[in-house]
Amino acid sequence: MSAVVATDIVKTFGDVTALDGVSLQFEEGIVYGLLGPNGAGKTTLIRVLTTLLKPDSGSATVAGTDVLADPVGARHRIGLAGQSAAVDEFLTGRENVEMVGRLYNLGKKEAKRRADEVLEGIQLTDAADRKVNTYSGGMRRRLDVAASMVGRPRVLFLDEPTTGIDPGSRLDLWDLIEDLVKGGTTVLLTTQYLDEADQLADRIGVIDQGHVIAEGTSDDLKARLGGDVVEIHVDESDRGTAARALAVVAGEEPTFERLGLSIPALRGSRTLTEVVRELDAVNVEPKDIALRKPTLDDVFLNLTGHKAESKSESESAGSRRSPAESEESRGR
Amino acid sequence: MTTVAKPKRRVSLGDAITHTAIITGRNNMRVLRIPSLILFSTVQPVMFLLLFNIVFGGAITTGTPAGSDQYINWLMPGILVQTAVFGATATALGLTEDLGAGVIDRFRSLPMARSAVLTGRTIADLVRNTFVYTLMLFVGLLMGWRFEQGVPKMLLGVAIALLFGYAFSWVMATIGLAVKTPEAAQSAGFLPIFPLVFVSSIFVPVASMPDWLQGFAENQPVSVVANTVRSLMIPEEALVFLGIDQGTLILKSFAWIVAIIAVFAPLAVRQYKKAVG
Repeated sequence: MSAVVATDIVKTFGDVTALDGVSLQFEEGIVYGLLGPNGAGKTTLIRVLTTLLKPDSGSATVAGTDVLADPVGARHRIGLAGQSAAVDEFLTGRENVEMVGRLYNLGKKEAKRRADEVLEGIQLTDAADRKVNTYSGGMRRRLDVAASMVGRPRVLFLDEPTTGIDPGSRLDLWDLIEDLVKGGTTVLLTTQYLDEADQLADRIGVIDQGHVIAEGTSDDLKARLGGDVVEIHVDESDRGTAARALAVVAGEEPTFERLGLSIPALRGSRTLTEVVRELDAVNVEPKDIALRKPTLDDVFLNLTGHKAESKSESESAGSRRSPAESEESRGR
Repeated sequence: MTTVAKPKRRVSLGDAITHTAIITGRNNMRVLRIPSLILFSTVQPVMFLLLFNIVFGGAITTGTPAGSDQYINWLMPGILVQTAVFGATATALGLTEDLGAGVIDRFRSLPMARSAVLTGRTIADLVRNTFVYTLMLFVGLLMGWRFEQGVPKMLLGVAIALLFGYAFSWVMATIGLAVKTPEAAQSAGFLPIFPLVFVSSIFVPVASMPDWLQGFAENQPVSVVANTVRSLMIPEEALVFLGIDQGTLILKSFAWIVAIIAVFAPLAVRQYKKAVG
């Protein structure tokens, strides 16, 4: 069965078009990654699919239930962990999860049992009886995910689950999401990070300015995007010489980046060695040199011809949570 | 989509009541767990009671007949109403905080009654006011306040003040959801409150005010409710001073309470839907 079917969804806020005819579909049992910069429409789409926002036009079903015609039915089938961890600071982890369980109409005992289950699942059992204001950012996110799992959702929506948390917690969350999927949960997650989508998602949709501009498995997309690049940083005075050296290796003009130059690493690490050798031959000492994966910027450059641009205004218009979000983006 | 439209599933009334109780409990738990919240929501009204009685009490002559001429007996019913009205701002603050923290999004993604977020908030504030009142009545008694018409009438007065506070919570809910941030809710909330509380019979008799102000001061809801509560606490022989009989005052109070809820509950619900998209 299709986990999500969205057809031609349009949503505008004033003169900002947040979603401009978005369609997507994926099956149950997978992780679907929605990849795009700030303001691309990711959060708005999640809000439509989780019944928080009515689109101007278009239709959507989640786990076979029409989110517009039967929102209450849809809510029985979904879990949502939004961009800011929506947990109560002054309740304990367990109380937070139990309360959500009771709002799913579980009895007191059943809510308790279910809370134990999900808390164990996210490995928060030890901290379960502490107030959330003693939790780290990563723990809050995990608790938020736990709360969204209480109702045994058919489809779990995670809106930028790792934005604004430290790298260690990010890895923990990745593990958690992978475990959930092994347990049979279907997940739709949004992210600004290509590596995150690559790591977690079975299928990836790239969204830009309210359009899905590319869709497929991670391998599909990589094949279309090309592989790794070699990037160097050099002194301003050496840029011209370095560019000519790179052109020799790549057989094409290098791309000028903000801080340096890059060429496709067509032969992998071998390209890196060749670059070092060429630079040495022309007496340019790079300040930094690296073989790196393509970034979201590279993806967008490839797919759209423009760099990923953040349009924070339209994203906050989409979520109506601008204070919380701007706090997120400042990084806590 | 393509399938035949299924009947809309609604949340049953029983579930809605359960959800309201859960949200109420959650909001009250929050107050209990934040010591500064309990402290300031109780200390502030008690401080008002002390300040007005001790600092202004000597200067203010209410002109009420003997037996009720102690300023505390004029002040106490008024301060109860003031506390209820000030306390209603907690509704605006609580809702805007939940809105900002994404908690309301979480609630709205659950198969729960949407009304429970608002009713659970206003009822939680009613519960908190009840607690604050208990403390104030105790402090009032220590300061020489006396109720002269028996416990049942005193309690009726307290109940009317609490209900008025509850009605006012819906006004504050509407304002909070319209302005959306706690900071704005704080200042916007007090805009209607200050004229209503100070141009009223809470602290001084309306007769002491300029003529042009008396019409408003006499008939606006805060005065009506303050006088009603007062009429249920001062000696019966002093009632004539209020210039209106107790029964009419009680009716007028209930009319205001019902009217405020009837207007502002739907407005708050509308703002709620707008605020959350």
